[in-house]
Amino acid sequence: MTIRIQTEDFDITKEINALKEDRSKQGKQDVGAIVTFTGTVRDMAKKDKASKTPISSMSLEHYPGMTEKELSDISEEANKRWPLLGTTIIHRIGDLSPGDNIVLVITLSSHRHAAFEAADFLMDFLKSKAPFWKKEQPLEGDANWVDARDSDKQALSRWEKQN
Amino acid sequence: MKILYFAWVREKIGKSQEDLDVPNSVNTVADLITWLESKGPEYQAAFENKETINSAINQTHVDHQTPLNNASEIAFFPPVTGG
Repeated sequence: MTIRIQTEDFDITKEINALKEDRSKQGKQDVGAIVTFTGTVRDMAKKDKASKTPISSMSLEHYPGMTEKELSDISEEANKRWPLLGTTIIHRIGDLSPGDNIVLVITLSSHRHAAFEAADFLMDFLKSKAPFWKKEQPLEGDANWVDARDSDKQALSRWEKQN
Repeated sequence: MKILYFAWVREKIGKSQEDLDVPNSVNTVADLITWLESKGPEYQAAFENKETINSAINQTHVDHQTPLNNASEIAFFPPVTGG
């Protein structure tokens, strides 16, 4: 289980290989499915309910300590629910530009369904539990904090029903 | 007691953290918010819509009815927007 909060970018291939190597070092060649999710910065932000505005940059703040704790709890929960053979969560903080990577989730399993579902689960929980906050700088005007979306909270209920 | 503020809660209060001696009458997170509001208009502005403010005790999400007990660290922040 790898969890990192960092300002620098990540290399998806390198992270996949690290997880595969961890598994092969244990003498196992049982990985049959690797799913990755990458979240990136869009060039448009929601201005109000009906319109969008172009942004020049975004900054990400977090709660050091609690972030790592929440992400580790989420990963442990995913490992209880699915037969995973490795997970990585990397989230960037600091100043980012449109097109930049924000978050990476990787899940390894013997079969694809567990890997797909676990990656989806990890992202849903990350988005509603992990203490990160985005602030967007529009091309014109003052920077503003991104509002949480109800749809992210609703996404969680899918997983609660399965209990 | 160490109190931390993040994102626009931090901006409205004008500081990211402070150490405060909280009176014994403050039992829950909600009590603490009410007590902080008595400290000045910047706190009143930050906690204007209390239901939107999330709280954590010792780095774990809690609701406002949670007792503080002997919490060493309390945090207040807006709904999270990572990912």
